[in-house]
Amino acid sequence: MRMRAAVRRTLVLMWKELLELKRDPRLLNIVILAPVLQLLMLGYAATTDVRNVPMVVADADRSVASRQLIDRFNDSPYFTVTHVVTTVDQVDPDLTKGTAWMALSIPAGYGNHLGTGVPQTVQVIADGSDSNSATIALGNATALLAGYTKQLVAARSPAAAAAGFDARIRIWFNPRLESRDFMVPGVLALLLVVVTAIMSSMAIVREREIGTLEQLNVTPIGRGELIVGKLVPYAVLGLVDVVLVIAVALLWFQVPLRGSLALLFVLTLVYLLTALGLGLFVSTVSDTQQQAMMTAMFFFLMPMIYLSGFVFPIANMPRVIQWLTYLIPLRYYLVIVRGIFLKGVGLEALWPQAAALAVWGTAILGLAVARSTKRVR
Amino acid sequence: MNTGADTITVDRLTRRFGDFVAVDDLSFGVHQGEIFGFLGANGAGKSTTIRMLCGLLLPTSGTATVGGVDVRRDPEGVKRRIGYMSQKFSLYEQLTVDENIRFFAGIYGLSRAKFEERHRFVIEMAGLEGRGRSLTRDLPGGVRQRLALGCAILHEPPIVFLDEPTGGVDPLSRRRFWRLIDTLSAQGVTVLVTTHYMDEAEHCHRIAIMHAGRLAALGTTSELKGLFRGRSIVEIDTGNPVMAMRVLQDAPAVEKTSVFGTAVHAVLRHGDDDLAELRQRLTAAGLTVGAIAPVEPSLEDVFLDVMDRRAS
Repeated sequence: MRMRAAVRRTLVLMWKELLELKRDPRLLNIVILAPVLQLLMLGYAATTDVRNVPMVVADADRSVASRQLIDRFNDSPYFTVTHVVTTVDQVDPDLTKGTAWMALSIPAGYGNHLGTGVPQTVQVIADGSDSNSATIALGNATALLAGYTKQLVAARSPAAAAAGFDARIRIWFNPRLESRDFMVPGVLALLLVVVTAIMSSMAIVREREIGTLEQLNVTPIGRGELIVGKLVPYAVLGLVDVVLVIAVALLWFQVPLRGSLALLFVLTLVYLLTALGLGLFVSTVSDTQQQAMMTAMFFFLMPMIYLSGFVFPIANMPRVIQWLTYLIPLRYYLVIVRGIFLKGVGLEALWPQAAALAVWGTAILGLAVARSTKRVR
Repeated sequence: MNTGADTITVDRLTRRFGDFVAVDDLSFGVHQGEIFGFLGANGAGKSTTIRMLCGLLLPTSGTATVGGVDVRRDPEGVKRRIGYMSQKFSLYEQLTVDENIRFFAGIYGLSRAKFEERHRFVIEMAGLEGRGRSLTRDLPGGVRQRLALGCAILHEPPIVFLDEPTGGVDPLSRRRFWRLIDTLSAQGVTVLVTTHYMDEAEHCHRIAIMHAGRLAALGTTSELKGLFRGRSIVEIDTGNPVMAMRVLQDAPAVEKTSVFGTAVHAVLRHGDDDLAELRQRLTAAGLTVGAIAPVEPSLEDVFLDVMDRRAS
């Protein structure tokens, strides 16, 4: 009897919440437009591929051979030769202004000496201000030069070329090394936590602001009922987002889904609970919607973005910071979502992450219930 | 009114917020069916007292029972026996009238048959016939406030707490609201209400005047007016009340003065009522004076008198 009354109160609260959400004009923007647009934008922007690096060439040789080398660079997807100058000091302005990220200097006499056995040196200069991109671009340039050299040698003496060893590198899971395939699932994870945590962080504090929370507090509704009644409607909205965002990832970006879609949904639901619990917890400790928004953003979401491995690899962080990352639910979900999308692994590989998320979600929801202002102060 | 034991008893109730004593050693009782008014300035402790009686706030010390239930030991039990409405009309503005009623009925666990009956009652008392599908935010303040009261008493509680229920509502709506309170009281419902308005306080069977967390005076309207026994109040019509007050303060017969509408009220000591002398003083100061006549003390006079004595 008691139980039935509690269930009825919870259902009534859910019904009320959904009605209010349905009539909130901001809802469409927050739940549908913002996540899809952000995924589209970030899917294109959040890429670590270094392609079409603008390059200036100082060609002091002006021979057929030097032009072949320049074409070699220009034909590669990684470089675009913007223009060719004659002396190496002429490349300075381009590197300073940023119109070129990289310079190639070919010395005079390069063409004449090629094939004579005299070692030839070409110089590659890179703008190192963005050290990551510079390293990647340099790697590409070195690989290109090595391949070209090998080809030249082979043309002259096939025997010499065959004598060397041949290392074949095979890349698993993302053979084309498409950074988008890696980033889009990450963006999906990030968007879900941002949207659902922010929405649910408004849930209770909004009622406190308009005064209805106090009204609810003098009714027989219990705090567990309050939290569950608030949680479920937002979970429904979160699920709508999950479907939308996964659809964009699969259909628009054509990120391969190698694992099970069902498993992805189930684990995403667990992840959603942690985000919703987090939002509700913030809601119970805030006095105004603005405060809730700021708390969610600066105390939870920003550290989450930096410490989850979304931006910086966790393996590179100092040990103490690495421990901190265990507190971040996004960390676990990133492993899950990337594992299912790219590696096609199942629960046998992902259960530690799934368990961590479940524990995290239960803990934060428990905290939210305990902190709920239904209590008498 | 008194049908035996008090339905609300308050004994040495105290609430501190840090060093600040919001409610200080408060004791009183409220009879069943009584309209009990709390009068006092902002921050006098009225709302804090109501919140403790509703089980929203724990007392620091002292005890209180509401409908026989101890507010400290069983706040949830208290909540089942009361209706509460605060100065913010606590309805969901994005919901329609019907949806709001349905929501609170669901929270209070009304049966289907009961719901039909109470729904009709609330619609009727709020004057919302045919407007069940209107969004609550589109309703005028007075109507919204009656609807809020209706939602707060859907479960027919025997005790109702109203915390400044008529703030920001037009006089006609206020009058209508008070007729509802009178009806509730006539049906045996105990109503404890806080207000700033003196005319509203006159509706109450008994009034408690609070000052700085303490009970400054308690009694029926006529009991409170009895505080002026032995002193008399005269109302003076004059073109310049501010100047008149300054002049009167120097008169030995005058205890104190206050502005009352466009006139001045002067409290005279010990039945000393030489009105001619007062008139002479005022005209000597160059003021035009209309009528000077003794008047019955109003509740406002009582309130100001109590405040003055508390302050000194």
